[in-house]
Amino acid sequence: MSTPTMFTPTEPGTSFSSRIGGLAKARETGILLALLLVIAITTIKNPAFLFSSDGFRDLLLTPSILVIVAIGEAIVIITRNVDLSVGSILGLSAYFTGQLFIASPGIPIVAVFALGILFGALLGLINGALVAFAKVPSLVITLGTLYIYRGINLAWTGSDRIDPSDLPRAFLRLGTQTILGIPVLTLIAVVVLVIAAWYMKNTRGGREFYAIGSDPGAAELYGLKVTQRVLVAFLVSGALAGLAGVLYAARYGTVNAQAGLGFELEAVGAAVIGGVAIFGGSGTLWGAAFGAYLLFTINRALPVLGIPDFWQRAVVGVLIIGAIVLDRVLALRQSRKLIEARDEDHG
Amino acid sequence: MSQPADRRTPTLELRDVSKAFGQVIALRSGSLTLYPGSIHALVGENGAGKSTLVKIIAGLYHRDSGTFELEGQPVDFKSTAESKAAGIAVIYQEPTLFPDLSVTENIFMGRQPVGRFGRVDRKAMRNEVRELMAGLGVKIDPDRPAEGLSIADQQIIEIAKAISLDAKVLIMDEPTAALSGVEVERLFTVARSLRDEDRALLFISHRFDEVFDLCDTITVMRDGTYISTDAASDTSVPEIVRRMVGRDVDELFPKQEAKIGDPLLVVENLNMPGVFHDIDFTVRSGEIVGLAGLVGAGRSEVARAIFGVDPYQTGKVTLESKTVPPNNPSAAMSMGLALVPEDRRKQGLVIDSTVGRNITTAIRRLLAKFGLITTGMENESAQVWASRLEVKTRALDAIAGTLSGGNQQKVVLGKWLATKPRVLIIDEPTRGIDVGTKAEVHRMMSELAGQGLGILMISSELPEVLGMADRVLVMREGRITAELDRKDADSESVMFAATHAAEESYA
Repeated sequence: MSTPTMFTPTEPGTSFSSRIGGLAKARETGILLALLLVIAITTIKNPAFLFSSDGFRDLLLTPSILVIVAIGEAIVIITRNVDLSVGSILGLSAYFTGQLFIASPGIPIVAVFALGILFGALLGLINGALVAFAKVPSLVITLGTLYIYRGINLAWTGSDRIDPSDLPRAFLRLGTQTILGIPVLTLIAVVVLVIAAWYMKNTRGGREFYAIGSDPGAAELYGLKVTQRVLVAFLVSGALAGLAGVLYAARYGTVNAQAGLGFELEAVGAAVIGGVAIFGGSGTLWGAAFGAYLLFTINRALPVLGIPDFWQRAVVGVLIIGAIVLDRVLALRQSRKLIEARDEDHG
Repeated sequence: MSQPADRRTPTLELRDVSKAFGQVIALRSGSLTLYPGSIHALVGENGAGKSTLVKIIAGLYHRDSGTFELEGQPVDFKSTAESKAAGIAVIYQEPTLFPDLSVTENIFMGRQPVGRFGRVDRKAMRNEVRELMAGLGVKIDPDRPAEGLSIADQQIIEIAKAISLDAKVLIMDEPTAALSGVEVERLFTVARSLRDEDRALLFISHRFDEVFDLCDTITVMRDGTYISTDAASDTSVPEIVRRMVGRDVDELFPKQEAKIGDPLLVVENLNMPGVFHDIDFTVRSGEIVGLAGLVGAGRSEVARAIFGVDPYQTGKVTLESKTVPPNNPSAAMSMGLALVPEDRRKQGLVIDSTVGRNITTAIRRLLAKFGLITTGMENESAQVWASRLEVKTRALDAIAGTLSGGNQQKVVLGKWLATKPRVLIIDEPTRGIDVGTKAEVHRMMSELAGQGLGILMISSELPEVLGMADRVLVMREGRITAELDRKDADSESVMFAATHAAEESYA
């Protein structure tokens, strides 16, 4: 068309897809490597950490509930929002689950799962409606519902609690059962992860979550249904926290008003460690799931390594800040590369 | 409604469209007719209503009255999505892309081709983008993220989006403002090929050489009103400029003659690469120097650099022969410089605070006794200025945000005058202010000059510049392109200097 020498083509081999794709993968593989390293070091110190019958199971089992919550949290963060109420939703759903078994002893377990998820979805919908329609930042809204949901939980539970004896044995078994050596809870988490990650990567809806988080103003100009998507993100986050609540009841058997306290921070931490940008638009659910595993595995590894309780909290903080610094450095390097490549193209 | 018999049905036709925002009328009577296979220019001064008209076409605003037809059918867009679905694509000066997503995703967002289970067909999208880019004659990797792309490339992506949508109408709002000469040529090549595909293009620009180079038809707007439409071959630059500015400018602003004294503010060879270059000028005591030019010419940036809000690389600023240190606004303030910024609501006022507190903001330190300030002390000091400036408010305790634009501007002025400045830099003193208050602001500026202040006034409104300034500096693309005395300055000469491209822009 015009002077072709002005715009020399980029070599197909050095195309951005490979470089940027590699970078994004490096972020998730990096977390995975860190996770394996933690497991390896801890196992050398105490082989039972991995090689005892319970060790392997617990390694997979313990973070599974957080993985499910972190997936929902990551979806919300990708839309440039945050859901601080997931811990409270988890706690309330867990108690709700116990009450269901007490109120109608013969209730099928499947129905309890469905009702628990529905209950969480309803609480998430309230969050989403407040954020999407009232146009108040989600940080404030969900900070509010964090206390409201927890308050309802306290009022409802009081000094009461659900005991394992209140729950059917089949339900409790779910919490620790394994299939081919893999805990059922982990399998549930993996199924949720695979479906949600596939949706986010490959469907219009999933891509729109990223678009909205990347630039909400542009999303409006593109004519995307921003309100609806944000609503769905909170709904999904609530539903997954509800599912996590049911699993919590199955896993621990004991549910009091404190269940899931502080879980929201673990979920946000997991997402951030896993490379989900806190300002939305980038990151993957796989990353968030790996982040959840790393977070809880370190928590379990530190006592084995003989590190005092006090420092265990600090290590989590270092991990989160380290992840953010890493992201920042990578982002700066990437944007420099992208600008360089542009100049080369137009040189 | 009669149409020329020899022309086809217009692709888009607007007639007597108006739009008001509360009291402010943004568009009185806009008319525009676009034909297929034509590139149509829309020109007018800043504030002539071009952008409002475009936003109505884009579905961002809804018109208050008038007719709007697309291919002969009346339309009524309530959202950008409706306008887009009807085949209208708008390319803004600053494109709006998703920085984190790939070029391909940006082009297809919201309408990706899907296969089984709703899976987005990446391969089909990438292939279409390759074809689009080849058709446009540009090389942009479809898989790279939009982040880091030049504005020119981002515009190409917007155009590619419009083509893949098969847009019938393509509107480009000052697309060349941020482009280099080569990039402009590439854009024009693309625009011409789109015209040859029988699409209707609307091109908004302040650069007349580009308008005459690219467009076949030119519509002029002034003060929110349609003025004329001509074939480009039947008119000329001076003719168009006359229509753009054509109004009596001397009556509005009663400028008092002030005695012009010694140089106060001397700016020597100020440079900031990519922002402004070789800025040299002097403001004398009692003098009002107008800094004219188009939006984006770098005027506010120069003002901010002089005041020390932004850094500059080389050059020197002196005030009454003393060097003003760079990048140090508080030093500039204490030396006697004051800057009334362009955006009152964001930069000039604490909008949620009271009038009294706003006026005394800049003199906090002087007022404080033992580091403490009481509301009484604030109001006492503020009262002096509020009454001198005739701020119309019931009380100094009124919240600044509730005042009218004109009164807000007076509060900002009062705040700076309380610092007893020697030189006042005032950026767009009357933007968004009603006509009556406008004259009052001008009277105040005139009085201040009479008291021996030096004033540097940045303004995009030609009548204001011509009416108020003793001397006019014209900036274009970061450089001062003309310095005109009051007697030599007229609409044509200022507009010419503001828009006339230097030859070297086109390699």
